[in-house]
Amino acid sequence: MSSRRPAAWHVATVVDSRPETPTARRIELDVPTWPGNDAGSHLDVRLTAPDGYQATRSYSIASAGDGTHVVLAVDELPDGEVSPFLVHDLRAGDQLELHGPLGAFFVWSPPAPGDTPPPVQLIAGGSGVVPLYAMAAAHAASSDAAEFRLLYSVRTPEDVFFREELTALAAGTPALPVDFVYTRRAPAGWPAAPGRITRDLLNAATLAAASEPLVYVCGPTPFVEVVAGWLIDAGHEPGNVRTERFGGS
Amino acid sequence: MSFITRGFSGRRGDRDPHLPPGQTLVHDWPVLSAGPTPHIGTADWEFVVRTENGARTWSWEELRALGIEDITTDIHCVTHWTKLQMPWRGVSLDRIWESVETEHEYVMAHSYGGYTTNVPLEDLLDGKSWIAFEADGEPLDPEHGGPARLLVPHLYFWKSAKWIQGLVTMPTDEPGFWEQNGYHLHGDPWQEERYW
Repeated sequence: MSSRRPAAWHVATVVDSRPETPTARRIELDVPTWPGNDAGSHLDVRLTAPDGYQATRSYSIASAGDGTHVVLAVDELPDGEVSPFLVHDLRAGDQLELHGPLGAFFVWSPPAPGDTPPPVQLIAGGSGVVPLYAMAAAHAASSDAAEFRLLYSVRTPEDVFFREELTALAAGTPALPVDFVYTRRAPAGWPAAPGRITRDLLNAATLAAASEPLVYVCGPTPFVEVVAGWLIDAGHEPGNVRTERFGGS
Repeated sequence: MSFITRGFSGRRGDRDPHLPPGQTLVHDWPVLSAGPTPHIGTADWEFVVRTENGARTWSWEELRALGIEDITTDIHCVTHWTKLQMPWRGVSLDRIWESVETEHEYVMAHSYGGYTTNVPLEDLLDGKSWIAFEADGEPLDPEHGGPARLLVPHLYFWKSAKWIQGLVTMPTDEPGFWEQNGYHLHGDPWQEERYW
C-alpha cells in the first residue's frame, strides 16, 4: 500500500526549532536530497562529537509526502543522551545526519484510484501521537473519504502535541473526531476525572470492530500492550491492528 | 560523510567494545512488535520444521526433551539498543536438525500471529541459534515472544522471531515480513545491516 522510497543518508539543516510542549520541541528540517516519506514512517538521527563519538536514535516523522521539508517533534527523555541535546541545544542553521525514510508497515498512504480504503482508528499514548498526526494530516490532504478517528491519551492539556493542527483537523471537512484521555490533569470543566484509559472508554471512543477499521496504536510499551489486547477482545482482527512501541518494558 | 554536529559531546562511559556501531547500551528490555501480542499456551504449542522432504512436529515437552542449554549472549536490536551478557535457556537448533534432512540453504521462520523472517541456514546451525523459552531466569513473557522464540543473537534481534511456530526451508533466500517492510535481508549488527 505504500510506495517504496529507498533509505539513504541525508544532510539536514535546521530551519526552525520551537517548543511543542513543556518537554518537547518541534524541529523543522530542510533536507534537499529527501525522497519524501509515507505518513507514519521514521528516520534515524546521527550526531557526531568533535572526537568522533557518535550517537544514533530513531524518531517518527510528523510530516509526509513528496517534499524536502521534514518535521520532527521530539520529547525529552530526562536521562536521555540525544533528546536533551535536540530539545535544548539544537538551533536554526545547525546540521544533522539523517538516515531514512524507514518503515513500510506502520504507515498510511492515500488509496490508489478505484480502491475502497478501510476506515482508520488512530490511538496515541503521549508522544506516540507524532506518526498518527502525520497520518491524519495526510488523510485530510488526500481525497480519501474513509472515516478517520483519533483517541489521544496525554498527561495534561499542556502536553498535547500539534494542538492547533488537531483542532483544525477536528473542524475540517470531513472532520477528524479527536477524543482526549487526560491521565494526570484534565482541563477545567472536563467531564471525567483524570486517569488512565479504560476498556470501556476505549470501546466508547473508537470505531467499532464491525466496521473493520485499520487501527494504528503508538505509545509507550505498557500502553500499547493493554490497548492492543482490549482491541482484540473487542473483536478486531489481529491483522488489522498495527502497533509501534517505545521505551523499556 | 559524517561531520561534527555543533555543540554535541554525548555521554561517555557508555561505549563498550561489545557494542556494535550505532548501538546504545540498555539495562531494561525494550519491545519491538508490529501488532498485538499473541498469547499461546504451552499445551497448544507446536513446533514444525517443513522441508522438501516433508514435515516434522514437536510438542512443548518433546522439544524440551532434546536437551536444554544455558546461553549467555549479547542481543542487538535494529532500533539501536544492545543488551549485554543476557542469560537465556533453550534448545539448540543443532539438536532439532539431527532429525531433519534438506538440501535447502535458507529458512523462513514463521511465528504464531503470522509474522515471518528469513535466515540462511548457515546462520542457524553450529551453535548459532536456539529455540529459547527462558530469559533472565524467567519464562519468556508473551510480549518478548513467549512461550518460545527463535534466538539468533549474532544477527539483529528481529531475526530472533517471537512466538516461533516453525521453520520452512527454502532453496533461495526470500524476504520475510520484516524484510519486505524495509529491514535488511541478512541483518549483521557489526556490518550495520539495518535497512535496504
